[in-house]
Amino acid sequence: MSSNPTPSELLSELTQAAEKQWQALQNPAVPVIYVGHATCGRAAGSQETIDGFRDALAEKGIEAEIITVGCLGHCYAEPLVTIHYPGFPPLMYQKVGAGEARVLVNSFLQGGEDPCFEYLLGALEPNDTFPTLMDYPRYLYEKRVIMDQCGLIDPHSLDHYLAVGGYQALAKALEKGDKWVVEEIKSAHLRGRGGAGFPAGIKWDIARQAEKTPKVVICNGDEGDPGAYMDRTLMESNPHQVLEGLAIAALAVGASRAILYIRAEYPLAVSTIEDAIAAAKEHNLLGERILGTDFSLEVSVFQGSGAFVCGEETALIQSIQGNRGMPQYRPPYPAVEGLDGLPTVINNVKTLSTVPSIVRKGSHWFKAIGTEKTPGTAIFSVVGDVEYPGLVEVPMGVSLEHLIFEVCGGIKDGKPFKAVQIGGPSGGCLPESELSTSIDFDSLRQAGAMMGSGGMVVMNDETCMVEVARYFIDFTQHESCGKCTFCRIGTRHLLEILTGLTKGEGSDDDIAELQTLSEETIIGSLCSLGKTAPNPVLTTLRFFKDEYLAHYREHRCPALMCRDLIAYYIDLDACARGCDACVACCPTEAIFTTSNRKKAIDQEKCVKCGECVYACPPEYDAVFKVSPPEMIPDQGIKPLDEKKEENNE
Amino acid sequence: MSKDVMVTLTVDGLEISVPRGTKLLKACLDNGIYIPSLCYLDGMDHPPASCRLCLVEIEGRPGPLPSCSQTVEDGMVVHTETDEVRLLQKTAFRLLVSTNDGKCRLCMANKHCEMQKIAKFLHMPLRTKKLRHIPKDMPEVIEEHPCIVYEPNKCVLCGRCVYICSQQNYDFALDFAKRGFNTTISFFGSREEGVGDYCRNCRACVDICPVGALNLKDERDAFLQNLQAKISA
Repeated sequence: MSSNPTPSELLSELTQAAEKQWQALQNPAVPVIYVGHATCGRAAGSQETIDGFRDALAEKGIEAEIITVGCLGHCYAEPLVTIHYPGFPPLMYQKVGAGEARVLVNSFLQGGEDPCFEYLLGALEPNDTFPTLMDYPRYLYEKRVIMDQCGLIDPHSLDHYLAVGGYQALAKALEKGDKWVVEEIKSAHLRGRGGAGFPAGIKWDIARQAEKTPKVVICNGDEGDPGAYMDRTLMESNPHQVLEGLAIAALAVGASRAILYIRAEYPLAVSTIEDAIAAAKEHNLLGERILGTDFSLEVSVFQGSGAFVCGEETALIQSIQGNRGMPQYRPPYPAVEGLDGLPTVINNVKTLSTVPSIVRKGSHWFKAIGTEKTPGTAIFSVVGDVEYPGLVEVPMGVSLEHLIFEVCGGIKDGKPFKAVQIGGPSGGCLPESELSTSIDFDSLRQAGAMMGSGGMVVMNDETCMVEVARYFIDFTQHESCGKCTFCRIGTRHLLEILTGLTKGEGSDDDIAELQTLSEETIIGSLCSLGKTAPNPVLTTLRFFKDEYLAHYREHRCPALMCRDLIAYYIDLDACARGCDACVACCPTEAIFTTSNRKKAIDQEKCVKCGECVYACPPEYDAVFKVSPPEMIPDQGIKPLDEKKEENNE
Repeated sequence: MSKDVMVTLTVDGLEISVPRGTKLLKACLDNGIYIPSLCYLDGMDHPPASCRLCLVEIEGRPGPLPSCSQTVEDGMVVHTETDEVRLLQKTAFRLLVSTNDGKCRLCMANKHCEMQKIAKFLHMPLRTKKLRHIPKDMPEVIEEHPCIVYEPNKCVLCGRCVYICSQQNYDFALDFAKRGFNTTISFFGSREEGVGDYCRNCRACVDICPVGALNLKDERDAFLQNLQAKISA
């Protein structure tokens, strides 16, 4: 009697065809053009790029294949295009618009004469002629575990994922069994990448041992931090990796139902994941009796309506149940009593995306990356005043300094570094003195910040830290669900005091209240939103207290940012006679001509938008900012008397 | 009673015995140990733990915890009056009254208001000087419902009304609305019939409100008229 084929055997049947197709792509007969077409690429105009290629190729009658891929994380270089011309290594080009696409077709794709060095970012493979991407610090220092295939494979092609080793971890997990998987994840010491850093293996074990059935696993894709987009990129660029991780989690805890909670503001992520679910179901990788085993998993997508607090796991469950997204008191933890009272494991997109490689390569491989307490990698979306913003994946344990200055190219335009807000709106603002902090859950928490889900905002010396604290508190107080007293009213009072400070109003008592109310809100709040919301206030108070004092004692904003405490003036010596660039840009007509035909600002009318600073031609550079406003030098300005001028003429 | 059904614990040095499964807050209240609270109601499986007033410290557990959400255990040692507990209770109280103007004499709940009781217990004034008075960004009085009046600045958002309505009506005639500081209680209704359509006028929400933020329109009008007469007299 012949035994049934094992999951691995069934999978290898699927993979064979996929690998053949993949091999053909690696040695193409006609040019292959890969265009980064995730949300970020689209925002930068990748659709126009694709159209540009299509039109130019059609005009010239050149045969080529265009493949849309996800995001590589190099936001500064979008739209990114990789061209694999037969006989050349795959070459990556940056900022390719429709025009550049046409140039590339005319000069390179038509006969392979000129590979257009001017747009070239680098070659993907080592070669003798072109610099490779590995020559860049960004690539050298990055360690890609989760984003390994992002931007290199077509997210809509199951075959691409299968060809690079996809679903092998699931097949292995099916053969080894649930207990083995839980032990492997436990021994890998994989910590939840959603922010809290709770060991995923322990969470799975609790749910696995829970008696109640059926069990549920949920992928938390409710990414809401301003400026953070790691989860979106993973879902858009490698959806099958998320699904494979989710299926392994379900197998490990014995769940029969899996839900992907994705915010509705991510339409592309939703549709990409939905397509991937359909493709996986069709090939028996999800759904009934997966890969010929007894394990079945019903997978669905739930679209969240965009409340920040729904990223908190108990609020997320409430939201799926159709209730108002309000966090609940824990315990009971969802792993014991979650969705509809059933044991529910909720993992972040990044956590689940890490699972397949751990299962495939083993926990020893994983533990060799990162630090002892936090193995693995961290993905950050680095935004703000850095030279190369985007998504970076680095091993845990590298320093903040290394990440900002080596990997992301340092501060834009060579300006001085001031602070980095790490961990999203409820993270902390760390100054230069804390840059040696190692990136891992414990070190960052100790420094007063947190890992969060991976948002990082880098700020230069033109950023006011009081305003930064006010901005983030404004965000969290608005996103508070309104349930518990401290978060609902406490953060509102923090905002009130901070808003006063940015206007130069406040007292020593206010600063003391800011400190104690922040500390009490952290202890007193019900969920992590309130428990972390005052972090920006506390860290800025700790590291930038001088700036706070300057605001209410001297009515001065040292960073020249708070509008109520600054004034603009035009230096008459620098101003050029007859030039009126600033006049045209002023929205309130506050700029007038002086008696010596130069320009000056009417402080009564000025709304301090700063447009004139940008409008003033760099060769004059005559507009200056001062704080406090009284600092404007007396230049003896008299307005031009037009009547008198007319009479003279 | 046998040991299986009773649990013995120590609260502020006093040994008390209560049935197994009792919430710590109820256990204390039943034994004459007062802990201020607003959102807890008897019989709740999962109390909202939102008012943050019923905090206690339990030996061996980190930080102050809401007693409404702790189930009693044998040998538990509980402190209800530690400095940290009092500090947090006072701040929570101060935050709650900071939205209100403190005109108790003009309120129907005067003299039987839960906030007055807590103020007395914590030795706190009903109008905070330490924090600014920030009223919510909405009308003083909301009269959307045909017969119930809601006053958002008095409301402490304990959610008792939402709970009792869901328990008695099995659907939500009222629920939380908006978010953040401007979170409010709102009545729901169908598009055709308007606000209050689902309401069975059982007045359970009015009766359960600890602070007189929900009142029947008729009763409130009569109260205000009466008050006006008294003042002019």
